[in-house]
Amino acid sequence: MRTIQFREALREALSEEMRRDPNVFLMGEEVAEYNGAYKVSHGMLDEFGDKRVIDTPIAELGFAGIGVGAAMNGLRPVIEFMTFNFSLVAIDQVINSAAKMLSMSGGQYKIPMVFRGPTASAGQLGAQHSQAFENWYANTPGLKVIVPSNPYDAKGLLKAAIRDDDPVIFMESEQMYGDKGEVPDGEYLLPIGVADVKRKGTHVTIVSFGKIMKACFAAADELAKEGIEAEIVDLRTVRPIDYATVIESVKKTNRLVVVEEAWPLASISTEITYMVQKNAFDYLDAPIRRITTADVPLAYAPTLVEEFMPNAAKIIKVVKEVMYK
Amino acid sequence: MAKTKFSKETYLMWYEQMLLMRKFEERAGQLYIQQKIRGFCHLYIGQEAIAAGAMSTIKADDNIITAYRDHVHPFIKGVEPKYVMAELYGKFTGVSKGKGGSMHMFSQPHRVFGGHGIVGGQIPLGAGIAFAEKYKGTNNVTLCYMGDGAVRQGALHEAFNMAMLWKLPVVFIIENNNYAMGTSVERTSNVVELYTLGESYDMPAAPVDAMSVEAVHDAMEIAVAHCRDGKGPYLLEMKTYRYRGHSMSDPAKYRTKEEVEEYKSQDPIQRVLTTLLEKKYATEAQIETINDKVNLIVDESVTFSEESPFPDASELYKDVYAQEDYPFIRE
Repeated sequence: MRTIQFREALREALSEEMRRDPNVFLMGEEVAEYNGAYKVSHGMLDEFGDKRVIDTPIAELGFAGIGVGAAMNGLRPVIEFMTFNFSLVAIDQVINSAAKMLSMSGGQYKIPMVFRGPTASAGQLGAQHSQAFENWYANTPGLKVIVPSNPYDAKGLLKAAIRDDDPVIFMESEQMYGDKGEVPDGEYLLPIGVADVKRKGTHVTIVSFGKIMKACFAAADELAKEGIEAEIVDLRTVRPIDYATVIESVKKTNRLVVVEEAWPLASISTEITYMVQKNAFDYLDAPIRRITTADVPLAYAPTLVEEFMPNAAKIIKVVKEVMYK
Repeated sequence: MAKTKFSKETYLMWYEQMLLMRKFEERAGQLYIQQKIRGFCHLYIGQEAIAAGAMSTIKADDNIITAYRDHVHPFIKGVEPKYVMAELYGKFTGVSKGKGGSMHMFSQPHRVFGGHGIVGGQIPLGAGIAFAEKYKGTNNVTLCYMGDGAVRQGALHEAFNMAMLWKLPVVFIIENNNYAMGTSVERTSNVVELYTLGESYDMPAAPVDAMSVEAVHDAMEIAVAHCRDGKGPYLLEMKTYRYRGHSMSDPAKYRTKEEVEEYKSQDPIQRVLTTLLEKKYATEAQIETINDKVNLIVDESVTFSEESPFPDASELYKDVYAQEDYPFIRE
């Protein structure tokens, strides 16, 4: 099978959907003439023209709201945030307009649109460019939140997101755009809200999603050398969450470690932990553990980034603790 | 001059529609005190000429969106008052199935894109609705209403900039009743002539005496034609006044009784009534007939609302997602 970059998988998804449906358009900062801040939309202006690949001024609140208004009136916008860190100035339109419109209009105005861009940290970018927002958006009814971890999932899920009639938050990572992975030729869709068991194992379940999955795989490889077979569940979607796949895995392994690049309070790991204790209490042979980021803003220095982030070593340590090894 | 160019029928329509808005809102105020209507409740009394003056300038495919002082805007597009009243009651027969309430009046068949509750939030939405019309190649115009308080939000400036940059067919209409809740326009900025805010973006703009329905009509006609011709957005500052407080819980102690009385002496409905009688477009008896008709519509809207059911509890999880089988967390 051919191998392409994460950014190319996203571009294929966008381009295929724009060829398929003239109501789909891409709008955001630097998406057109600059070819995308991270080159996701490279070449798309040439193919689709400036009616459908639209550069905006730096005005996230304004263009997010214009996207929601366009969705109310029959279009299917894809709004790119250069990073979800900038979505904070647009969050009124995401939460108060996009997420609530169908409900407060009594079912009259659907919002079939996608907000997409990178989330969380990407090295030494300092405090204001490094926050993870998955749990923020996942908290809000009306939204769906997708966080793919590889090019194959990214393409299939982005196509599904664009075709979905609900507003979808689609979160990527600067540290994934160059990742390569197998993506078949031709069209395919992946279902929103279905987790994927990325690695089979019997001793412990590791649940994660998005970029930090890479640390989980590295940890599992090391653990395997010591005879510990970890099962890795990739949530892929954090609203809705596929609890059944997680619970089924935990009932088999009897141990759970949740890995998440996010602050700990009221995080996705908190939610997973609640649901597993409620539905699989009698199956647990050890307390559920989690690895999150440190409960602080991310500082610049490399030593502090290292200390802040989840990584394979931290995962290995905690897995061994739940294995009582 | 302006007063002579409108037909008798137009004046009669304006009188009836403005009186309907007035009587509807007066009844809403009474029903609020009786606790039939709950939540927040912002009345339009005094501002009727803005809505009525637009009615004579737009067509069925045009769009409107506004903020939370939104009870009568649906009338502009032909929504029957009883469905708005039922929404105020929280009944399932309301325009938004009782899920919106006072601040969220929507009617998709009438291209009413809502009442919105976050000050200024509807301004980018209005630009986006217009963006879709331009994208689809129609010549439909979007009317985007806002209060004077909203013009101080960043959303306005971002939306104005992009609306001009992309020549979107949207008329931005400031309903300047001089108070953002309790804060006067003068206390919110050095720039108090609000139509001049368009100048920063080269947006054509004009102030309007919005106590005069004729003046509103004239200004709207120019602005709507400008948009329909593909020339981009237009800004109108409607200088108006609300007789009541910001909401039902506001005693309006920030202004004098004399100020309120001064505006009431220019009452837009009274002005149209005077014209009708002076020009002998209608007799006293014909006016009484209209008054009775309006009162009957309001009475019937109350009866309809009283007799309508609240949404069933099973509605709670409906209309949250377009997806029919969304797996909500139940515990």
